[in-house]
Amino acid sequence: MDHNTLSLFAGIGALLLLASLIGRLLKWRAGPAPHAVIDNLNARINAWWVMVLVIGIAFVFGKYGVIVLFYGVSFYALREFMTLTPTRRSDYPALAAAFYLALPVQYLLIAMDWYGLFSIFIPVYLFLLLPILASLGGDTTRFLERASKVQWGLMIAVYCVSAVPALMTLDIPGFEGRNLLLIAWLIIVVQLSDVLQYVCGKLFGKRKVAPNLSPSKTLEGLLGGVALATLIGAMLCWITPFTFWQAALMALTVNAMGFFGGLVMSAIKRDRGVKDWGHMIEGHGGMLDRIDSVCFAAPVFFHFVRYWWA
Amino acid sequence: MLASLTAFAITSAARLITGARALWLGCTPQPVQRLYFANHSSHGDFVLLWAALPETLRRHTRPVAGADYWCKPGLREFIIRRVFNAVLIDRQRPSAEGNPLQPVLDAFAQGDSLIFFPEGTRNLGDEQLLAFKSGLYHLAAANPQVELVPVWIANLNRVMPKGRALPLPLLCTLSFGEPLHLQDDESKQAFLERARQALLNLAPKEA
Repeated sequence: MDHNTLSLFAGIGALLLLASLIGRLLKWRAGPAPHAVIDNLNARINAWWVMVLVIGIAFVFGKYGVIVLFYGVSFYALREFMTLTPTRRSDYPALAAAFYLALPVQYLLIAMDWYGLFSIFIPVYLFLLLPILASLGGDTTRFLERASKVQWGLMIAVYCVSAVPALMTLDIPGFEGRNLLLIAWLIIVVQLSDVLQYVCGKLFGKRKVAPNLSPSKTLEGLLGGVALATLIGAMLCWITPFTFWQAALMALTVNAMGFFGGLVMSAIKRDRGVKDWGHMIEGHGGMLDRIDSVCFAAPVFFHFVRYWWA
Repeated sequence: MLASLTAFAITSAARLITGARALWLGCTPQPVQRLYFANHSSHGDFVLLWAALPETLRRHTRPVAGADYWCKPGLREFIIRRVFNAVLIDRQRPSAEGNPLQPVLDAFAQGDSLIFFPEGTRNLGDEQLLAFKSGLYHLAAANPQVELVPVWIANLNRVMPKGRALPLPLLCTLSFGEPLHLQDDESKQAFLERARQALLNLAPKEA
């Protein structure tokens, strides 16, 4: 890891330390009785320590570490998505192809730097292959709906998530060997936006912004969180190939995409009658609950950087 | 030794692939004598239920399995007898020769808890849950002290569809409901229907 990466992780560590202290203080003030909001806050902070540690370990191993990390993220996300999506027995070949073909091949193509194929493998080839596999089962019940679900799950959990490690494949003049920092910047900005929206919502939230989709999201939280995360993204321009104002615009873009990603994924959860996608991250819910904003922000970020900087 | 290693490997694999998440909705995992009755759609059902129990309960909880399927010499028999210590019943035996549920009654007399599939066979169709065979009623009538706990196993039919070798890594949830007992003047039909409904109530709602 270079000097910039280390100071970045040191900063994140200091921030988490501060969060943990505030969490302890709030718990101490509230007394020993269980308190839903504060206990959840502390569970979330503890989970953040683990997540930052896992990302840090992946960063030590560089490009391949990040690819393996996001392969895992995609796997858990795809599993949560398919678990909550009803399919029929004849969808087995399509689901098997999603888990055992599309997922590994997509990450292999990224490891091979094969942009021409990894950018169209799932949207073109799998898009055509999956309904072919489903049709071989001879079951026409809700056919289009079932085929769409498998394709949609792959797009979100594998294709969109894989845009994060795909940032390693970009050749940005004057930024050689520092692409890991671009990944760090994206994750920090998008996740801080989630955290700050949550914090601002809890502190100042009054007006619900999407009561049917996500009752916990408020206008105050949205504006405050996005504004603060955009400011932080701009101030972190020293780890990116962007100028201050470019970084601010990029941060605003990924934060807006992240917010809408959260809304879309909430709509699916509501429709399926669940509150969380899964249970693997204490306090946060499932993998998809934590990365819903990244799913929507990462592909746009990847293509913007590729178009204007690489 | 070999048997307990195999048990460890099988339950670890079951948890790794499916998560085997247990939701204790109607009771807690306590060391009381119980009959866990569940929906049956895959040969992996009892493995998953067994894997979802805490280690201490697992040692005294035995699956009830059909001898016709499992008693083939070799790996299958080793697994069912030595690893899972199953209670084997003969589903095809003509009833005149005695009670086919006798091995189950013997296991209860020893104080063991059991895993039982009251549909009698795997449900491979589109129906959510088949009608119960009378076995559950006879066991309940003969063992009033045993708690009958309904357990809905969700998603395993998607993880391992019939005739497919490679399991899909989807998450499975096991919902443990409130214990039932046979009531004093309850008819066989009424009891079986009540037990079936209690199990169905644990199933997730389909869209």
